[in-house]
Amino acid sequence: MTYRFVVNGDPVEVEVPGMRRLLDVLREDLSLTGTKEGCGEGECGACSVLLDGMVVDSCLVPVCQVEGSSVETVEGLADGAALNDLQTAFLETGGAQCGICTPGMLLAGEAFLASGASATDAAIREAIAGNLCRCTGYTKIVEAIALAAQRRSALQVE
Amino acid sequence: MPVEPPVVSPRTLPEAYALLAAEAYRPVAGGTDLLVQITGEMGEPPERVLDIWRLDELRGIRVESDALVIGALTTYGEIRRSPLVGEFLPAFAEAAATIGAVQIQNRGTIGGNAVNASPAGDMLPLLLACDARLVAGSAGGERVIGAADFWPAYRRTALAPNELLLRISIPLVPARTVRYRKIGTRRAQAISKVVMALAWESGDDSRAAWNNVHLALGSVAAVPIRAPRTEAVLENAPPTEATADRAASSLADEISPIDDVRSSADYRRAVAARVLHRLVRDEGHW
Repeated sequence: MTYRFVVNGDPVEVEVPGMRRLLDVLREDLSLTGTKEGCGEGECGACSVLLDGMVVDSCLVPVCQVEGSSVETVEGLADGAALNDLQTAFLETGGAQCGICTPGMLLAGEAFLASGASATDAAIREAIAGNLCRCTGYTKIVEAIALAAQRRSALQVE
Repeated sequence: MPVEPPVVSPRTLPEAYALLAAEAYRPVAGGTDLLVQITGEMGEPPERVLDIWRLDELRGIRVESDALVIGALTTYGEIRRSPLVGEFLPAFAEAAATIGAVQIQNRGTIGGNAVNASPAGDMLPLLLACDARLVAGSAGGERVIGAADFWPAYRRTALAPNELLLRISIPLVPARTVRYRKIGTRRAQAISKVVMALAWESGDDSRAAWNNVHLALGSVAAVPIRAPRTEAVLENAPPTEATADRAASSLADEISPIDDVRSSADYRRAVAARVLHRLVRDEGHW
């Protein structure tokens, strides 16, 4: 079957079985290997992407359900070589260690920032509760999201 | 890579019914269970899949003649954020918030929870405790199945192979209170060790006796169950310490959980009794 959708703003068309996981379509068919596979069963969040703005585990989404939708992956965050504010905050706080959870953490963080929820420690921790960091560096990740939230709200005030 | 069984994505309910009348399909809604099954690590993957995600008539939450009606494709996230659920059945929003984390809540559906028929299904004790009515549809029409009849055996439902679950109707009973508790290893991403839903009717006085007590549990038997002997202990009793003691001890005797990878029978029995005791204590304010 042919499926058409948008990835990081660009229209794509893939000829694949409808039950192929969005994760595999991104990595194998579209060569977007920034999205990582961790557990493959919706426990770890490493494969998190935004689907029509909502954070989902791409290992649990069959591509037949993505037809006509918009997907954002970690490749879509930076503008060329310029990292976005959340990615920059991860670097500043030491929020990335081995890196395998980082793409998923960034997308879960983006979904949280877009929700407009108040960036309390508890709210950030709930927003990334579906993302496991095997280095256990959660504190720095929470700090990074809080820092980006603070900067974005400062921009809105100006 | 996982197996990729053939899939059809009908756009209308009649189209879906016609497909189901011709051949056996496994429906996929949000995919949070089925996409794990196609990895083949949890038994045989399905031969043929019916993708019902586009059937928008199965979405949404509304109030309809003394019942809250939730479409089968309504996600946990939608239940959690629904002002109607918050007003009429806040325990459903609390339950939805305990399921997985935001990634799962954005995809998993209440209908999928019911049809997947796991004994640990987090919403299922609520459906039992509230006497929910599950509406099934096929080319032949619709029929209503009471929650008490919906899970006849381990991982089985009362649906015929040509039927889809369309919506779940939860009666809104005046003066009914519904409470929900889930015990898991952690607050997010945990499959429950014990799930409990308790519903009763009473007046405004927190010391008044309870009536029509419904107590339902998950993860303590092969199917989600009611606990009728313990309900009888709570029936017509005020929420006092003596009532809580009797009910907790009755529940520990009544249920027969098993040891498995997630917990032990002893722990489940002890924690179920403890959770019920605390629920009664919280309501009695003692």
